[in-house]
Amino acid sequence: MKVLYFAWLRERVGTGEEEVSPPPEITSVSALMDWLAKRSAGHARAFENRDIVRAAVNQEFADPADAVSPGDEVAFFPPMTGGRP
Amino acid sequence: MIRVQADDFDVGAEIAALTAGNTHIGGVVTFTGLVRDFAGNTAVGTMTLEHYPGMTERMLGEIEAEARRRWPLDASLIVHRHGPLAPGDRIVLVITASAHRQAAFEAAEFLVDWLKTKAPFWKRESGPRGDRWVDARAADDDAAARWQAPRQE
Repeated sequence: MKVLYFAWLRERVGTGEEEVSPPPEITSVSALMDWLAKRSAGHARAFENRDIVRAAVNQEFADPADAVSPGDEVAFFPPMTGGRP
Repeated sequence: MIRVQADDFDVGAEIAALTAGNTHIGGVVTFTGLVRDFAGNTAVGTMTLEHYPGMTERMLGEIEAEARRRWPLDASLIVHRHGPLAPGDRIVLVITASAHRQAAFEAAEFLVDWLKTKAPFWKRESGPRGDRWVDARAADDDAAARWQAPRQE
């Protein structure tokens, strides 16, 4: 599974992209966040406030309850702030 | 058509390219977003726009397709820049062309409202007090909500 991080999540985790192999019981976006948060202090900081973390699975916006599976591209990022005049 | 690029764009050249050969078009509306030198009360030096390559193009394409379902457009273009930008720089371009002006005006406004909330861009501003990631603003969600969601998330 490919996990991508953007903006301050990328800075806190320390990388913009990592390949991970979560155990089979990790089947949702929220479970994946719990699992990723334990990988390092940086990951824990990135996921410390879930209310301001958004996710996409295979480049489609996803809710915490949405499914993830091996081979997916899962991205985590803050709410978008681009292009604002 | 949508493009995501680091380079600047030429508004006149884009209009000419988009409308060339289509004499059915009666009106062209363009919106150009510029980088402002103030964010709230904070002076901004430069800023950097990060995006999600792949998803950005996909989301801009979906937003454009939604506009073309809603309005009879003959042509449309979204150009969004990323990377380092300074106050005064052009950052986003929306062009809509239609036989009649109303569709072009409405579609352009729809596109601008939606791309601000749906496109995966994140802004990091550099000011006198250092760098900071810009928080999302509820006002943008409100502006987009006027149009109702083009699809459920």
